[in-house]
Amino acid sequence: MGGGTGKNLNLKLHVWRQKGPNVEGQFVTYDAPGISTEMSFLEMLDVVNERLAEKGEEGIAFDHDCREGICGTCGIVIDGRPHGPRPRTTTCQLHMRSFADGDELVLEPWRAKGFPIVKDLMVDRGSLDRIIATGGFITAPTGTIPDANAIPVPKENADIAMDAAACIGCGACVAACPNASAMLFTAAKITHLAMFPQGQPERSSRALRMVAQMDAEGFGSCTNHGECESACPKGIRVEFIARMNADFVVAQVTKGRREAQAGDSSAG
Amino acid sequence: MSTVALAGPGTFLGSSIGKKVVMAVTGLMLFGFVLGHMAGNLQVYLPHPEEAMRSYALFLHGFLHGAGIWVARLGLLAAAALHIWAATSLTIQNKEARPVGYRQWVGWESTYASRTMRWSGVILLSFIIFHLLHLTTGQVHPQFEDMNPYRNLVTGFQQLPVSIFYILSMVLLGMHLAHGVWSMLQTLGLSHPRYKKLAQKAAVAFASLVVLGNISFPIAVLAGILK
Amino acid sequence: MDLKSNIPSGPIEQKWSKHKFEMKLVNPANKRKYDVIMVGSGLAGASGAASMAELGYNVACFCYQDSPRRAHSIAAQGGINAAKNYRNDGDSVYRLFYDTVKGGDFRAREGNVHRLAEISVKIIDQCVAQGVPFAREYGGLLDNRSFGGAQVSRTFYARGQTGQQLLLGAYQALERQIGLGSVKMFPRHEMQELIVVDGRARGIVTRDMVTGEVETHLADAVCLATGGYGNVFFLATYAKGCNTTAIWRAYKKGAGFGNPCYTQIHPTCIPVSGDYQSKLTLMSESLRNDGRIWVPKKKGDTRSPGQIPEDERDYYLERKYPSFGNLAPRDIASRAAKQACDDGRGVGPTGLGVYLDFADAIGRLGKGKIEEKYGNLFEMYERITAENPYEVPMRIFPASHYTMGGLWVDYNLQSTIPGLFVLGEANFSDHGANRLGASALMQGLADGYFVIPYTIGNYLAQAPKTKVDKTHPEVKAAEAAVDARTKKLLGIKGKKTPMAFHRELGKIMWEYCGMARNEEGLATALEKIPALREEFWKNVSVLGTPGEVNQSLEQAGRVADFLELGELMCRDAKERRESCGGHFREEYQDDGEAKRDDEKFCHVAVWEYQGDGKTPTRNVEPLEFENVHLATRSYK
Repeated sequence: MGGGTGKNLNLKLHVWRQKGPNVEGQFVTYDAPGISTEMSFLEMLDVVNERLAEKGEEGIAFDHDCREGICGTCGIVIDGRPHGPRPRTTTCQLHMRSFADGDELVLEPWRAKGFPIVKDLMVDRGSLDRIIATGGFITAPTGTIPDANAIPVPKENADIAMDAAACIGCGACVAACPNASAMLFTAAKITHLAMFPQGQPERSSRALRMVAQMDAEGFGSCTNHGECESACPKGIRVEFIARMNADFVVAQVTKGRREAQAGDSSAG
Repeated sequence: MSTVALAGPGTFLGSSIGKKVVMAVTGLMLFGFVLGHMAGNLQVYLPHPEEAMRSYALFLHGFLHGAGIWVARLGLLAAAALHIWAATSLTIQNKEARPVGYRQWVGWESTYASRTMRWSGVILLSFIIFHLLHLTTGQVHPQFEDMNPYRNLVTGFQQLPVSIFYILSMVLLGMHLAHGVWSMLQTLGLSHPRYKKLAQKAAVAFASLVVLGNISFPIAVLAGILK
Repeated sequence: MDLKSNIPSGPIEQKWSKHKFEMKLVNPANKRKYDVIMVGSGLAGASGAASMAELGYNVACFCYQDSPRRAHSIAAQGGINAAKNYRNDGDSVYRLFYDTVKGGDFRAREGNVHRLAEISVKIIDQCVAQGVPFAREYGGLLDNRSFGGAQVSRTFYARGQTGQQLLLGAYQALERQIGLGSVKMFPRHEMQELIVVDGRARGIVTRDMVTGEVETHLADAVCLATGGYGNVFFLATYAKGCNTTAIWRAYKKGAGFGNPCYTQIHPTCIPVSGDYQSKLTLMSESLRNDGRIWVPKKKGDTRSPGQIPEDERDYYLERKYPSFGNLAPRDIASRAAKQACDDGRGVGPTGLGVYLDFADAIGRLGKGKIEEKYGNLFEMYERITAENPYEVPMRIFPASHYTMGGLWVDYNLQSTIPGLFVLGEANFSDHGANRLGASALMQGLADGYFVIPYTIGNYLAQAPKTKVDKTHPEVKAAEAAVDARTKKLLGIKGKKTPMAFHRELGKIMWEYCGMARNEEGLATALEKIPALREEFWKNVSVLGTPGEVNQSLEQAGRVADFLELGELMCRDAKERRESCGGHFREEYQDDGEAKRDDEKFCHVAVWEYQGDGKTPTRNVEPLEFENVHLATRSYK
């Protein structure tokens, strides 16, 4: 193991520190000298935290887990960009070679009513889980299922579904949106499931419920800036929001008729 | 059944998407109006503009035995009111969605037009009120003549500050439409990945058309082409 | 220690069906009276929790992540095996069974593996029904690719994110149950202790990682699906939070630990770049479908890869294993890479790397096709290394990736503690001494969707119907143990961070208990680890307080357990005086190939905890091979 092959940077970090959910926070400045350009951003924070610990100071709390860009746990607004300056890159996959010697970086948590701060740079994204819990699924209880190849799915549909399903639920779309809207997240799941024949029976109720929950969580609405798409590390596209809007409108329009007919048939 | 009820926030007008749809549909109506309004006013460039404009006005006032114009006016008023209501309601929701802002925020995709929709909207509202008092009812017009739109236009625009206000407002309208028209397509679910860039360009083109047409009137008056 | 495997009698193809019929059932109306705890929300945990809730049990599910969707199953890239034979290339349940037993170097139970192969078929059906976006062909049917250790194309995939899509499928099923109120989810909760009352698992003690609160959760049965312990090496392809604590606590409460030394070192990971490195990143095995692995023939050749002519390159896998070539099983490919580097022919700045070259495939198929197949992996490689793999060959090196060992379970997935079930990577069961690519996802989902829902009922139907209360002395003792440990960690106020200890442990483990092991090295490790552990308990620095988010405390608790587990792994590796699969003892080899000793070691080693400071006991469950005949594995 060598000492690293890259160059070294001396950085200054302005980091949001907040003890807990209901206390005031503030920016604290830290010097971060001797940072190798080969480090990932989180490895840089590890180094800063190890140095703080040696001085007996508590490290900066930040969420992270897989460190390979797929679990969606990490997320820091770096210099005004969720996940930092590199397109389609999560914070953990951002490497320090994206920065220059002498840079001053501002590190902030995702900021949204739907994402209360837990500590420092950690936020609570349980709201996204609750959106999924209201309808982001296909009801297919274990076991009661036909052969996988019994229902062919056009490749184009499967590809769009996969594009949408690539969402890692990190919340960067919300963080980037000037309205803190979670529509890209919600639309990605609605689009994914709407692309399959298996997803059709619940398509309308899914759109209605997920949108209702999204609103109830206190997220803003889409004003079509497109910031979410540019911040998304997985390239989820705003066209999915258009698909969601269309599904929602259709669902609203047909809701009354469905309910009335279901009422008639159950009464009869 | 899920524990989440479908009523309440899930109703069409109670939901964020429902309000966005209201924005889009009313926006489309208002956009159709400004387009038609501009096109109608291009008659000032006809050989006998004063007569042409008067007969155009008479036609509009006489349409459906006089009911037509009131249907249109009420429709536009309702559209504008709903447009403003939805915008206000969504803006409040959006402001509440981020109680603590960022120290630093850098946009990559948003445009000046998209970020200033609320302000351009508010200024346009005040412009519309002025415009109605100026060229429709005449209260703020120095020499208003009933049923002589061409004359009113020329004498109105001969006042430099008024023309400047019109021109600036039209630039704002252009920005509002450039983002609004594309937004409308997106909200109504008519976005298409292959034509996204085209649709955005088309929105800018239509907006520019409206702006250029409308701006030409005060400029033509100030330049002495229309007199 | 009672190590009855409970494999049903009868022909191998009928065992599972027969067993399903013979198992006791719980009346549908009674199911809601039973509380079941699931620790972990990965493929096995989420699918198990959702499936049990669908049946009607009251399920409480715990994970240390902020959302169940983030479990590390999400990082699996390549695919999932299933014996669908959609390619008409001669695949069958029996062939998948055979390949898996052979791939595991004849150290897995035949009965378990056959059940896994049978269930594999249903897993794909289940996932498709849930909307998992598997890759498809233009006709709309499912696509397949090949993976290591197999000569048929049976791997289903969703681009390079198969694990993610399968996990999201299970997660969505779980969220549905959460929405319906039949699963109560506890994210950011870490299991700290198992509660055993009258010899049965009856609950867990957890720490709320936000408030620091120590909570007791009681149930009629406890399931652990907490994944593997490969982070013992510090540098691994695991998520940073993956840990051994849950299974280690269970081990210390009496659950037998099966084959702790069986770890998988994955051949295709991005090499280490510096001392600050916090983790290693895997490049999917699927890359070996089209990439060719080579090193220079000459030692210490520092020319750039492009300047090394074809006849001076050693495509060593193709040379040594002509019939499987670059798709040799993982243990073999890893060891071959190590041998090339030990031989001084490694590449890259550290000399610890080999090339994975796509030049031929790009020439044959075109860049576009390669991009379509592996685009996201190539992008990831470039992000990490700043090198463009379309132009320069990738550099790869083996890294800790999976642990075949784990808590011992019987055919019902029950550990040696009644009422404690272990699923997925956390158990030892199906992969023997080496896991084949695309089989981990298969096992996790098989356990969760199709095994535990049956076997849990069989247990509950026969378990005594008594409720335990929170005032029970065992409950109080477990809570007190958690408090005492936290206080102790915070009270040491030493000088070294938990991460520094973890790195040191990792180095010891990699050096002496990594890809190649020997008697002397393991003996050295068995001295070094206890010494390091002693230092840890004297000199670790844990900052902050217990009643808040405290990442330093979380880490310290996990490292403390790794420091004990590492010793057990070395002990097990030392006692297993043979080479098999991922366990390679240098003393037992045929010119670099693993040499098994079926006379003495055709068994599962199950370790039984005897108390702190005491040597654990090694028990044995003999393995019998009635269908696949014991033979030397050959991929030549």
